[in-house]
Amino acid sequence: MVYLTRVEHFNAAHRLFNPGWSKEQNEAVFGKCANENWHGHNYELFVTIKGEPDPNTGFLFDVKRLSELIRDHVIEKVDHKNLNMDVDFLEGQMCSTENLAIGIWKQLQPHLPSAVQLHSIKLYETPRIYVEYFG
Amino acid sequence: MNVSNKVAVFRKEHFNAAHRIFNPAWDDKKNFEVFGKCSNPHYHGHNYELIVKVVGEPDPETGYVMDMKKLSVIVKEEVLERFDHKNLNLDTLEFRNLNPTAENIVKVIYELLRKRIDTKLDLLVRLHETERNFVEYPA
Repeated sequence: MVYLTRVEHFNAAHRLFNPGWSKEQNEAVFGKCANENWHGHNYELFVTIKGEPDPNTGFLFDVKRLSELIRDHVIEKVDHKNLNMDVDFLEGQMCSTENLAIGIWKQLQPHLPSAVQLHSIKLYETPRIYVEYFG
Repeated sequence: MNVSNKVAVFRKEHFNAAHRIFNPAWDDKKNFEVFGKCSNPHYHGHNYELIVKVVGEPDPETGYVMDMKKLSVIVKEEVLERFDHKNLNLDTLEFRNLNPTAENIVKVIYELLRKRIDTKLDLLVRLHETERNFVEYPA
């Protein structure tokens, strides 16, 4: 078994805000992250796949193809966007890093060939905060 | 030989903010042509990394160029409290009528800090908008 990781990044605005709560409750739980005019981050995305290298190519999966999948199904949807307003796969969800990582997994998983397994989505929101999702 | 006694001290900080690169004198089409996705009307955002450089001769009594604790308080009061977790276009006076490009942000930060730091000390500000895009003022 070999693990292969592709690193990408994107920049986006977001806000942590539960529409079912009052302004005061949102501020009490989310603090400055609830700022109604948004704030933003440079997200660093680590997509790790696993499997056996193909004996004909030596590749687990063509990394160029992996980068295109990530670009088409994730980066183009989130880069320079407002996560709360512009991203179809986050609609109706809280825009936490946790939910974003799960959403990215769901965006990519159906597009990988059966011989390749998605192992993890690691997503940095800041250089000191990241989440990992293993499916 | 004349050896300089000057030493540079640095303080690193960071803040997260939303912005949009937008010239209100242009229509949306022209803004999009010039600024591309940076002009998204719903904003996008960055983790800004700020490096403040202060240069001077260490004080003979303290050994300090500048008390770093005082520098950190100045940066916190002047920069972080103004810009952290804010929308630069909507939530700040400084960028109400100024396009919040990295170039303009670094100049604004320099001016805010310059007022609070002893004039006998030199000041230089570097601002990273992403890991690979950064600006410096004065240049």
